[in-house]
Amino acid sequence: MKVVVTAQGRDLDSLVDPRFGRARCFLLFDTDTGQSTAHDNVQNLNAPQGAGIQAAQTVVQLEAEAVLTGHVGPKAFATLQAGRVVIHPGATGTVRQALEELRSGRLQPAARHSSEDDHSQRLAGRNE
Amino acid sequence: MKIAIASGKGGTGKTTVATSLAWVAAADDRTVAYLDCDVEEPNGHLFLKPQILREEPINKPIPVVDQGRCTYCGLCSQACRYGAIACVGQQTLIFTELCHACGGCSLVCPENAIREVPKPIGHLRTGASGPVQFVEGVLNVGEAMSPPAIRAVKGAAPNVELTILDCPPGTSCPVIESVRGCDLLLLVTEPTPFGLHDLKLAVEMARALRLRFGVVVNRADVGDREVWDYCRRQRIAILAEIPDDRAVAEAYSRGEMAAESVPHVAERIRGLLETIQSGARV
Repeated sequence: MKVVVTAQGRDLDSLVDPRFGRARCFLLFDTDTGQSTAHDNVQNLNAPQGAGIQAAQTVVQLEAEAVLTGHVGPKAFATLQAGRVVIHPGATGTVRQALEELRSGRLQPAARHSSEDDHSQRLAGRNE
Repeated sequence: MKIAIASGKGGTGKTTVATSLAWVAAADDRTVAYLDCDVEEPNGHLFLKPQILREEPINKPIPVVDQGRCTYCGLCSQACRYGAIACVGQQTLIFTELCHACGGCSLVCPENAIREVPKPIGHLRTGASGPVQFVEGVLNVGEAMSPPAIRAVKGAAPNVELTILDCPPGTSCPVIESVRGCDLLLLVTEPTPFGLHDLKLAVEMARALRLRFGVVVNRADVGDREVWDYCRRQRIAILAEIPDDRAVAEAYSRGEMAAESVPHVAERIRGLLETIQSGARV
């Protein structure tokens, strides 16, 4: 199974980046082969808006079946769902630790986006 | 002539200058229109107190995908500068709250699968304040994209000798939309570090857009002299200076125009109008 982990660096010992859309890097990990590749997210890091949506599109294009990250907003969540990607928010520690949490079943998929406060999401988009 | 009034920093006196300029020009027997382009929080009406004669909805065209014709090629998603379209698997998702209604997606779609449908985003109000013709846009609460509403305000501008566009603060899309196509841009600033910082951003914007512009220093006797030093170094014309006066704040709090209530401000605004009309080099 192919899994994307949002990461602050380019290897398995980097910390998980809690932000999805504006994650520093996407680490694509193949649980069958143990191989990983790093995919920069520079373009979305500086995007004025829509970073989550575009990041979700990247994850779908990488053909990942699951994504491990800290927090996924409503638009990115809808996009990942449309691409049939299983979303595991709440990942912490290093990428390696997050993958282990997934393997052991401690990191559960979310049924809905982790944004409690839709109002703050709207305010965040106001100035663009 | 179309004069846009912008600032970078908020609260420097755009509406004070814009309403006063409209009022002074109208008193001078010119046909004048005041357009409130700050559709997220229009406040010119508080001072001009217009009689609203017509109110109509503002719609923005929103793309809708015909999933039967869509081949999921992703060209619309690549074309969208606002990241409002995602093409994933067998679905094309459109996030209308991010859409600027530019129409690019429907232009690039090779299958003709995107059509645009109107979505109400606010109201256009037109009327008159004495001799000043008045237009304002009011964006619905919760609506994030103001440029389509600003386009509606500018589209409703009457044909007059002098059009004053009261712009939103900042230097982002709403301001660009407001100032685009103006004959002269007035950047209202205050002589403080914050005022200067945001003035520099506004100057960069004006230069990028190749607009004729000049500076109005409001509350000119507070703060420091950095704004003057900067304008001299950059060869930017300071077209007017309005002194700090408690009477202006008092008039403002009563909803009166500065030029209407404070004679020396009216004098400065008249001077500004003359400077502009004499074709000052800016």
